[in-house]
Amino acid sequence: MEFVTPGLGLLFWMVIVFGLLLFLLKKFAWKPILTALHEREHSIEEALKSAEYAREQMAKLQSDNEALHKQAREERDQILKEAKVMKDGIIAEAKKSAEGEGKRMIQRATEEINKQKQNAIAELKGQVATLSVSIAEKLISNQLSNNADQQAIIVSQVNNLNNNQQAIA
Amino acid sequence: MPENKGYSILTKLQLFVLISVFTLFSPIFSFANEVGNAKNTEIKSTEHIIAVDSSNDEEHAQPVAHEEAHEGFNPGKMILEHVKDAHDWHILDYHGHAVSIPLPVILYDNGLHVFMSSKFKHGHATVESKGNFYKLHEGKVFKTDANGAIELGDNETILNAKPLDFSITKNVMAMFIGAIIILLIFFSVAKAYKNRGNKAPKGLQSLIEPLILFIKDEVVIPSVGVKHHAKFLPMLLTIFFFIFINNLLGLIPIAPFGANLTGNIAVTLVLALIVFIVVNFSANKYYWKHIFMPDVPLALWILLIPIELFGVILKPFVLMLRLFANITAGHIIMLGFFSLIFIFGEKNVAAGYGTSILSVAFTLFMSFLELLVAFLQAYVFTLLTSLYIGAAVEEHHHAEEHH
Repeated sequence: MEFVTPGLGLLFWMVIVFGLLLFLLKKFAWKPILTALHEREHSIEEALKSAEYAREQMAKLQSDNEALHKQAREERDQILKEAKVMKDGIIAEAKKSAEGEGKRMIQRATEEINKQKQNAIAELKGQVATLSVSIAEKLISNQLSNNADQQAIIVSQVNNLNNNQQAIA
Repeated sequence: MPENKGYSILTKLQLFVLISVFTLFSPIFSFANEVGNAKNTEIKSTEHIIAVDSSNDEEHAQPVAHEEAHEGFNPGKMILEHVKDAHDWHILDYHGHAVSIPLPVILYDNGLHVFMSSKFKHGHATVESKGNFYKLHEGKVFKTDANGAIELGDNETILNAKPLDFSITKNVMAMFIGAIIILLIFFSVAKAYKNRGNKAPKGLQSLIEPLILFIKDEVVIPSVGVKHHAKFLPMLLTIFFFIFINNLLGLIPIAPFGANLTGNIAVTLVLALIVFIVVNFSANKYYWKHIFMPDVPLALWILLIPIELFGVILKPFVLMLRLFANITAGHIIMLGFFSLIFIFGEKNVAAGYGTSILSVAFTLFMSFLELLVAFLQAYVFTLLTSLYIGAAVEEHHHAEEHH
């Protein structure tokens, strides 16, 4: 029976040792250990949370970026389109105005040419007249120095005149 | 039932390990349930041990009294002497003389009497201290006359007076060593936590941290609940590591270790008493209502209240017996295997050597199992304590759900 009878001395020492152990461990071991564990748990949780937040932010940023890109692209397309329209307009207008100008210039040139032509013709006519007069003068002065010849010429002229008058009649 | 409640919070693996160990060792282990038959098995197992004790005493009472060292090897006596507490730390026998470390004897008998246990000369000498005479008889100190006579009454009961014995016995010494080792381990771990802050654990810290987290997250929080766990965690951790480390130290077969400390009923009694006090002093009104005003018809109260009250005492009582029986059984089995060598060796030296191979193999196997048991018993003690505390602080909003 002695085997299962707790010894008084051991009971006494066990109470003291276990009490001291509990006190010392609680104060100097469990408190710092459990606090540190709790803090670490907390910090890990925080880190995970902030990582999650950062990832969300990143995703949001990315989608924002994409939207921005899309918008920019659209704007660019719009601008390009507008520019193209404007360019086409300008070209068409330029063409139109150039065509008009050209036509006008051609017209003016034609008119000028015609005017010059008239002038030239008029001048030519005048010159031809003076030339004919001078030729005639020379001829006359030349012919009239010779009587016979003058007779002949006058005759021919008169004949000619007659022919001409007959042709007219 | 706390056991059932316990299993529901265990993972499948834990459950598997528990059940397999339980079935493997059902002859040695005695897992107690709350009521009834479990108690019987506990008592049976202790009776068995007691039976071994008394039979050995009967057989060898006569020769032991007259001439000790010159008889054959007595395994029962050797094993029981190891398993029991002692006033000196017996290391070995050399040519029939015991070689042991003397330990201080502290007696209270109208004043303190302090002397070394070597003065007893293993029970052969009578020690005089401040006019009183003391003699060591079968491991116990008795007050005698100057001649050291032990007076025997009827049924060999000893009539001599017993002084109050506060000696630093073998188990007390082992407890001091264990406590110092625990303090060294946890102070260094605590320092590591202070120095390293939130960094990853390193060295001893990383060995201890999973255990602390296991007890905290897998045992205490699921059983006690998040709300109350912080209050009980330091005590439960201390209980766990006290049992676990002393169990392990008890497995080391070299002199300052190897004492059967956690297999001593006084040690487990104090642990169980602490559990009893903590559970009942932290219990809330629901717990007491459950005991004194159970939700059954009034006629059944007369039956149920005594059962519940009995359960209050039975729970820590069973904790005490389970740890005591398991650890003691482990020590007895190991020593039993070694005794085989000497039993055969006495008959034939060659047979002794032959048996030694088998014995060492068996002891090695048992050592591995005892490593498991060392952890398992500490775990079971802590788990059940947490469950009892959990039941005591649990707030029932639906009183009818209590079973």
